[in-house]
Amino acid sequence: MDLSTRYLGLSLPHPLMVGASPIVDDLDLVRRAEDAGTAAIVMHSLFEEQLTDEQLHHHHHVDAHGLTHAEAHSFLPEPPKLQYALGPDEYLAQLNRIKERVSCPVIGSLNGATDHGWLGYAKLIEQAGADALELNIYYLPTDPAIESAEVERHAVDMVKMVREAVRIPLAVKLSPFYSSLPHLAHQLVSAGAQGLVLFNRFYEPDIDVEELELSPRLELSTSAELNLRLRWLAILSGSKDISLAVTGGVHSPLDALKAIMAGADGVQLVSALLKRGPEYLSTLRQELADWLDQHEYTSLSQARGSMNIKHCPDPTHYGRGNYLRILQSWRGR
Amino acid sequence: MADDARVVTIDGNEAAASVAFRASEVIAIYPITPASPMGELSDEWATHGRTNVWGTVPSIVEMQSEGGAAGAVHGALQAGALTTTFTASQGLLLMLPNLFKIAGELNAFCMHVAARTVATHALSIFGDHSDVMACRTAGFAMLASASPQQAHDMACIAHAATLAARVPFMHFFDGFRTSHELSPVHPIDDATLRDMLDPGHIDAHRARALSPDHPVVRGTAQNPDTFFQAREACNPFYAACPEIVETHMRRFADRTGRSYNLFDYYGDPEAEDVIVAMGSATETLRETVTHLAARGERVGGLAVRLYRPFSCRHFVAALPASVKRMAVLDRTKEPGALGEPLYLDVLAALAEQWEGAAPRLSAGRYGLSGKELTPRMLAAVFDDLASGAPKRHFTVGIRDDVTHLDLAPSSARSDLEVLPEDTFQALFYGLGADGTVGANKNTIKIVAEHTDFVPQGYFVYDSRKSGAVTVSHLRFAHRSLGAPYLIEAADLVACHQFDLLDRMDVVERVKPGGTLLLNAPFPADEVFGHLSAEVQRHIIDKALTVHTVDAHAVAMGAGLRGRINTVMQVCFFAVSELLPVERAIEHIKHALESTYGKKGSEVVRRNMLAVDRAVAGLAQVQVPSTPGAGARKRPPAVTEGAPARVQRVTSMMLAGHGDRLPVSAFPPDGTWPTATSQWEKRNIALELPVWDPDICIQCNKCTLLCPHAAIRAKAYPDSALAGAPQGFLSTAFRSTDLPGMRYSLQVAPEDCTGCQLCVEVCPAKDKANPRHKALDMHPQRPRRQAERERYGFFLSLPETGREAVREDVKHTQLLQPLFEYSGACAGCGETPYIKLLTQLFGDRLLIANATGCSSIYGGNLPTTPYAVNREGRGPAWSNSLFEDNAEFGLGMKLAVDALRARAQGLAAHLSDRLDRGLIDALLIEGQGDNGHMEAQRQRVADLKRALRELASKGDQEAHRLSLLADYLTDKSIWLVGGDGWAYDIGFGGLDHVLASGQNVNILVLDTEVYSNTGGQQSKATPLGAAAKFAAAGKAVPKKDLGLIAMAYDHVYVAQVAMGARDKQTLTAFIEAERHPGPSLIIAYSHCIAHGYDLMHGARQQKLAVESGIWPLYRFDPARVDRGEPPLHLDGGTPRRHVRDYMQHEARFRMVERLDPKRFEALQSAAQAHARRRTEHYRQLAELRVAPQEATANERPKET
Repeated sequence: MDLSTRYLGLSLPHPLMVGASPIVDDLDLVRRAEDAGTAAIVMHSLFEEQLTDEQLHHHHHVDAHGLTHAEAHSFLPEPPKLQYALGPDEYLAQLNRIKERVSCPVIGSLNGATDHGWLGYAKLIEQAGADALELNIYYLPTDPAIESAEVERHAVDMVKMVREAVRIPLAVKLSPFYSSLPHLAHQLVSAGAQGLVLFNRFYEPDIDVEELELSPRLELSTSAELNLRLRWLAILSGSKDISLAVTGGVHSPLDALKAIMAGADGVQLVSALLKRGPEYLSTLRQELADWLDQHEYTSLSQARGSMNIKHCPDPTHYGRGNYLRILQSWRGR
Repeated sequence: MADDARVVTIDGNEAAASVAFRASEVIAIYPITPASPMGELSDEWATHGRTNVWGTVPSIVEMQSEGGAAGAVHGALQAGALTTTFTASQGLLLMLPNLFKIAGELNAFCMHVAARTVATHALSIFGDHSDVMACRTAGFAMLASASPQQAHDMACIAHAATLAARVPFMHFFDGFRTSHELSPVHPIDDATLRDMLDPGHIDAHRARALSPDHPVVRGTAQNPDTFFQAREACNPFYAACPEIVETHMRRFADRTGRSYNLFDYYGDPEAEDVIVAMGSATETLRETVTHLAARGERVGGLAVRLYRPFSCRHFVAALPASVKRMAVLDRTKEPGALGEPLYLDVLAALAEQWEGAAPRLSAGRYGLSGKELTPRMLAAVFDDLASGAPKRHFTVGIRDDVTHLDLAPSSARSDLEVLPEDTFQALFYGLGADGTVGANKNTIKIVAEHTDFVPQGYFVYDSRKSGAVTVSHLRFAHRSLGAPYLIEAADLVACHQFDLLDRMDVVERVKPGGTLLLNAPFPADEVFGHLSAEVQRHIIDKALTVHTVDAHAVAMGAGLRGRINTVMQVCFFAVSELLPVERAIEHIKHALESTYGKKGSEVVRRNMLAVDRAVAGLAQVQVPSTPGAGARKRPPAVTEGAPARVQRVTSMMLAGHGDRLPVSAFPPDGTWPTATSQWEKRNIALELPVWDPDICIQCNKCTLLCPHAAIRAKAYPDSALAGAPQGFLSTAFRSTDLPGMRYSLQVAPEDCTGCQLCVEVCPAKDKANPRHKALDMHPQRPRRQAERERYGFFLSLPETGREAVREDVKHTQLLQPLFEYSGACAGCGETPYIKLLTQLFGDRLLIANATGCSSIYGGNLPTTPYAVNREGRGPAWSNSLFEDNAEFGLGMKLAVDALRARAQGLAAHLSDRLDRGLIDALLIEGQGDNGHMEAQRQRVADLKRALRELASKGDQEAHRLSLLADYLTDKSIWLVGGDGWAYDIGFGGLDHVLASGQNVNILVLDTEVYSNTGGQQSKATPLGAAAKFAAAGKAVPKKDLGLIAMAYDHVYVAQVAMGARDKQTLTAFIEAERHPGPSLIIAYSHCIAHGYDLMHGARQQKLAVESGIWPLYRFDPARVDRGEPPLHLDGGTPRRHVRDYMQHEARFRMVERLDPKRFEALQSAAQAHARRRTEHYRQLAELRVAPQEATANERPKET
């Protein structure tokens, strides 16, 4: 079965790939993912704020104690400057190591916080050998003074800026919380993005009612999260020629197939692989091929987008029609 | 000339270490101020893979003490390695036995000493020759350097000469003054250094090595029949040594162009008056005599380079025949001697070698503990020599109004200035944390590399660890300066902290017509109005040009918080015009890149931003012709109400005028009153905690954890509130023990350091708005005045008596802390334990304190933080040394026991003359708790009254007992120190004291590194942590000191972490005190050397406990009698991964960033170790010993 696909201009043997996750921190897991036939590997994000925080932390709580006392010019050893980095070096070195070890494309991922961060780190990731770059807009507006248009304009400007600075394909990883996602998607494509990744999962803190504190929580995705993504894949893939990847909620061959039918060119897997190991990718691929075979598809491309807003039998289900009908059917029970 | 043509700007330590490192194969060290940087640099270079001149990386080992380092050095020499070490002061003295051995065996060896005061009536970290002079009998050649360049050059000459001479060399230079002075040095390249070190001599050194392939025995014991003759056999080597040094000085000059002699003479070739000196003073001497001789004065100076072996021939040959009077200056004191060592040597040399009538000799002492020696002081010596009746023995540099030995500089010399006229001198007043020193070091490098100026930099720090004031002394001239003394009057003074203008003489140090650069939080047109009347007057009278910048605002705008250093650096260049400011900015930016580069692109970016905005923020202040009418007065150095002695002496020290105090101001034996920190108000907190009584649950965790006793709680009767100032907060005290009382929590606004530990540990949150807690931080300045009044009233409220207090955290925190406002770091993890100790037992407490952080914040003048209660009782405190503290404390215990026994004996003897019931009660009643102790105190008071009556009738025994009667109340002896003491240098003594069974208590403040000297690893450093000498992360677990102590069975042992389980800490302290034998408490102490914001100290302690990194336990031998296992685990089962703890601290993160794979392995090992140890303890905690096998009678009891 021909499962081949094109994602971000990259020719891939199939759409299943390791999504942004801690898997890339462990070269053994990376090797196992490659052995399992992953179509690509997406690095986890380089977080500009995290790097900045650590640098400033070091500056205020290590450097600042230097040359303050007669008896001690410092309180921690000064490691070799060339080796000790509180910047992106470790990330870039790992990207480089993975590139050296695998033959599939490696896609960098970046979460910037400032213009110079987006720009500077994007260039570095390209220089480190990434085949493409995912711009991970992990942004939560909390300031009522910021208009939604401004949020979107900022994202589009950022993509334009990065596009001018790097040559590798760009994808933008979005959250579902935009007023007009198709409009934004069009703008992002116009600004130079080749693809979109749907969707970012915001980690939601829990409330500790005893301590009156927020506690960070990290939970793996479930298939229940897929439907949101299917809807927007279907809407976006039907309206513009753009590479789309799904991330979040793909746990079974049928989940993957649905995403492809909704229009995904790439299927990113994280939670499923963290739960079952990278080898599951091979199983998924085989079962996907088997399903297509059993259902007499000639290739994966035949299924891609077959259920998007343009091709599905009743597109109203992706719009309000679906909403109204469900509510009515609920009332009727 | 093969010398490197480059110039590097380095200090004396680096200059010496650079040679020593490249000329050695083995380096064994132990950290000690001011020599530590030499060892640290060597370790850093070895870590970076730098090699010696033969292409191998020297092997660096940090030992457990200087004694250990000397042993390792001796062994390495015996086994044939080219070896070195670095040390100073007490460290050098600890090496002394081995120095005799090393010399006695004629080992080719060179060590480097940053000469420092040996502690006598007080410890001092600063420079003089008392340490090296104490070693002059060891048989080492002693070669002195006077500047960083000489430290570099003499190191080379010494390493080369020792190989040829087979006499070991002690190369020394003045601690701090040379070891820490930054100046340009012409480096000796590897080829030159290699060329100086004769391969034939190295081969011979190897051939003498112990080897089973050609075995010999060395280190025999000899008897009276042979020892003497054998000892004399080395004479030819010492006789030949001066010529060998001279030869190597010539070889060195041939290769570098820098020429030295065993004795170098300066000044008039026909001089009649000559001063002889050694060390950095000879630089001042050279400049001064050159200047005076040029003015026609017949004076000269002789610099001693090779002090041992002392060559009479060379000495006399170096002097002009015309000399009639000589003064020999010694930088040491030898009480009771006819004179100090150099004087006596000169005296003998003249007697033996001078032909004809020898010059008249005077002996002078100068410069003890880094005291200044200036050209004017040297001129005073010349004036005295020429006076016709010179003092035979004198001191110079101080005012001696007791024995009147001092020479006062003549007023006729008041305008003496020996520096070139175009020398530009600048002073910078800053705080340690604002980065002033770092920026100035960078300025020196920029000026050295990019202008024709030759810079010199020296940096003075106060002894506080929080809010430490730094004064940077920078000179720029067109030739190298021999000026190893501080700047008295500067062309430019920069004050980087506005409040310092009120605390110190800042403006007073600007020359008339000079420039004042201020960092002020006011617009330029308002700055003048905010200055005190005194400062305004100085500015006007001296016609100063004043520039100002709000550097904090610029730094904050660039996201740099309080780091104002780059802003002020740019402004300095802008107003000093040493080079065009645009060029200076370029160089500053380049330096930022190279300093922070990879570890901080964001730090670089923000600093760049600050640099770019600095000049725009700079403005000139328009100075009016008269001071403002309403100008405020400069506040006094100490607050009103201070005792006379504090007003007279302490205030002078606080104002930076300690040098002006005469000898009579000082106690001759180093005894000082306690409780003086209360009189200094430093106001270093930018924010302070503000209390909301409506939310507070009165747990008192805040007061427990406060490192500076700057937030306190009291419970008091309602009636005490009469006269409370406006805004004083009070609420009902929630306690069934003390019903009907009021409760207040009050901050000491001017003593708080703003560390936020109290706010972080506060568990009480507003239910409707949990962001608001019972304690929130608010800006200090607007609240200062009101809170000062409230705190004054709070202090006047009655104290809660010990007998009324239940032994829990809440109630014991009502007790008055007798350790307050120390100079410890903001957020210090050690001081809360000491404070608790004083709250619990302060009125009966004797503390033996090992040298280290706790001895510095505990006893470094000007002020003393141990305090007294209203009855005048409080901790008595002393520091002996670093290594002997356990023994020192044991001695205290023995003395207390002896005096108590004497008192008991006298009381029994006098019982027929006194109330027998009272005597019986005094001798028999227990004092186990606070109530009983109060009763005993009352009985002692009754006894004293009765004794006074008897004594008044001439009863001598009654008088004697009245002097000893206080010993009838129990004393609590605590031996306090850090992990460097307990785990390393003092372990032998500590172990011995534990084994002694004596009833002493040991508190180990475990920061897991040598904190005071800058974070060198100790055996307490945990697995995976980076520390100096373990930069790649320590690969073995920390020593389990508690387990070792438990092995004795009779020792009470507890491991505590106050931030994790305060109740357990409190219980451990109380149990340790009650335990009738030795007790050991190992206390987790977070520290700035861990690399995180210490406001999170309590959180880290919790994580350490919850991850199994720091198990909490109490091992109480008394439990055996009750049929219980002696070990009780208090920390619960570890439920976290060690990662959760390690990820927050730079000491671990550093290792991870350097080598993630190695760190992962270390972290796994740490996790495995934590698990293993937990399991080990768990099994031990189940171990029961049958009571009959260990009865109370078998265990040692206090006698």
